[in-house]
Amino acid sequence: MNAKQIDQQTLLRDETDPLTHTPVHLLSLEKVGKHYGNIIALRDVTMAVDNGRVTCVLGDNGAGKSTLIKIIAGLHQHDEGTLHVMGDVRKFNSPRDALDAGIATVYQDLAVVPLMPIWRNFFLGSELTTGFGPFKSMDVQAMKEITKKELADMGIDLRDVEQPIGQLSGGERQCVAIARAVYFGAKVLILDEPTAALGVKQSGVVLRYILQARDRGLGVIFITHNPHHAFPVGDRFLLLKRGKSIGYYDKKDITLDELTAQMAGGAELAELAHELEQLGGHTQALKEVQAEVADVTETKPESAPRHA
Amino acid sequence: MANTATLPPAPASAGDERVGRRSPVQKFLGRPEVGALVGAVVLFIFFASVSQTFTQPNALATVLYGSSTIGIMAVGVSLLMIGGEFDLSTGVAVISSALTASLFSWYFSMNAWVGVGLALVVSVGIGFINGWILVKTKLPSFIVTLATFLMLTGLNLALTRLIGGSVSSPSISKLDGFDSAHAVFASSVSIGGVEVKITVFFWIVLVLIASWVLLRTKVGNWIFAVGGDANAARAVGVPVTKTKIGLFMAVGFCGWILGMHNLFAFDAVQSGEGVGNEFLYIIAAVIGGCLLTGGYGSAVGGAIGAFIFGMANKGIVYAQWNPDWFKFFLGLMLLLATIVNLIVKRRAELK
Repeated sequence: MNAKQIDQQTLLRDETDPLTHTPVHLLSLEKVGKHYGNIIALRDVTMAVDNGRVTCVLGDNGAGKSTLIKIIAGLHQHDEGTLHVMGDVRKFNSPRDALDAGIATVYQDLAVVPLMPIWRNFFLGSELTTGFGPFKSMDVQAMKEITKKELADMGIDLRDVEQPIGQLSGGERQCVAIARAVYFGAKVLILDEPTAALGVKQSGVVLRYILQARDRGLGVIFITHNPHHAFPVGDRFLLLKRGKSIGYYDKKDITLDELTAQMAGGAELAELAHELEQLGGHTQALKEVQAEVADVTETKPESAPRHA
Repeated sequence: MANTATLPPAPASAGDERVGRRSPVQKFLGRPEVGALVGAVVLFIFFASVSQTFTQPNALATVLYGSSTIGIMAVGVSLLMIGGEFDLSTGVAVISSALTASLFSWYFSMNAWVGVGLALVVSVGIGFINGWILVKTKLPSFIVTLATFLMLTGLNLALTRLIGGSVSSPSISKLDGFDSAHAVFASSVSIGGVEVKITVFFWIVLVLIASWVLLRTKVGNWIFAVGGDANAARAVGVPVTKTKIGLFMAVGFCGWILGMHNLFAFDAVQSGEGVGNEFLYIIAAVIGGCLLTGGYGSAVGGAIGAFIFGMANKGIVYAQWNPDWFKFFLGLMLLLATIVNLIVKRRAELK
């Protein structure tokens, strides 16, 4: 195999805490595992997130990506391994805990309430208030203005912040969710398949926001099953398969083709080609798959026996 | 970051070419309570035209009183429905509250206010239990509160007979504190020679507080959010369970006020009363534009819904019709108001 895996220590050499200048990861996982009853959803996952870096988590359906982010976001608790935030061992009991630690998640379903206006959604759970005691009320004017300004900074020109958020397009909603996380001082931003339901153009828009968030110094965890989306923006790549890590690479050590090959799994493709051949008739499909197999095995010869 | 003082004024607030001009009328039509308001106006004109006495100040005061006895509960029920839940136990919970106050202070011959205080604890406690079971079991609120409804109905009858020996609670008019409690919960205020029941003021104050909470506090934001999408709300850090339990407790509080009025307006309560009233409160909220699925509605809407009730209820009497028609009217109003809501909302959103 050409691509060489990296370990946490090597990564750590380049990272320092902006305040104390000691080498420490913003967020790191060490051999984290999770099981639901006797089902092992995730085991032995090691990864790190740092300021101004995008860590991509790649994997097919059921690879354990969702379980991984639920652990980091505080919706589930891990059973094995350790989770460090700025070097401290942590275990989040609720999403609130994770939020307080500076970890914000933009979920696939975006965690927005469709019937509520954009500004109410933007500040939901962290409303600005004025007054004191029982007369504490929301600072509606300020909240509307900030929503408008923050979204404009992200390049989203909104028509009307009073609009129910359900009327926005998928990409726009995604951007509102990202802008919200950035505004509320997230240090780590988790994006759960932000491009999965989007068209080509909108995906591009969202990828640009990921880079903007990175340039603002956030540590971004980008979860996706599309290596073509991950490679241009990612700094590190963690590949998951059936709940296990099958690779952890730095960008300089891997190419897009290698990444795709790892994701696609040469063995499965070869098997599919074989099946199609036996069935007969599917000449066109067969050719395509065979070409794909040739492609995969060429770039990464020993991947097939590895997962057999 | 949250420093609001240094914020520049919103740059594009002057107008955006992509926003078609929405006239104030269209904006108004997008409000949740429009259907109810249209219904209320139509009904008012209708009764005013068929009955000369309907528009007399005294008659209006009576209509308002009838509305308030539903409206007080509709405030809590509206908030609960916006929060995505349902309470079928409200009708009998009102009577439970009144029975608690009367039986307790009568049995121990205590000051009536002790019973009133205990009733508050019981009412809010029933709300808490409803909410707690709901969030713990994740059962639909329909099932949980239907169970509470049945249990409370049974408890009301059984305990009243056990303690008081009758289907009606014993008279507490001789107890200390009865007069002051009567003054607080069941007196009338004279405005320009017209006697207006104090419940009307309770009602108005509750609607004002509920509207303020809903539209201008963060708790209101949470109520909309837990009703609109509880999972999304939890994910962004809204305390979903606390909000839901709190809503049930608020309904309990409204039930306490109405229960105390029912008790002190006379001096005794019938233990079998209240069954079926829960639907009146829910209907008032629905007519007022609260979505059955949660996440949308207003406290003012619930109040208008209750006012429609009051008008239909008393208007039939003033028009000298047979009161048997009341329920028919109610059904018709419910259907028409919700259809108008639907149409108006769709049209307003398309514009």
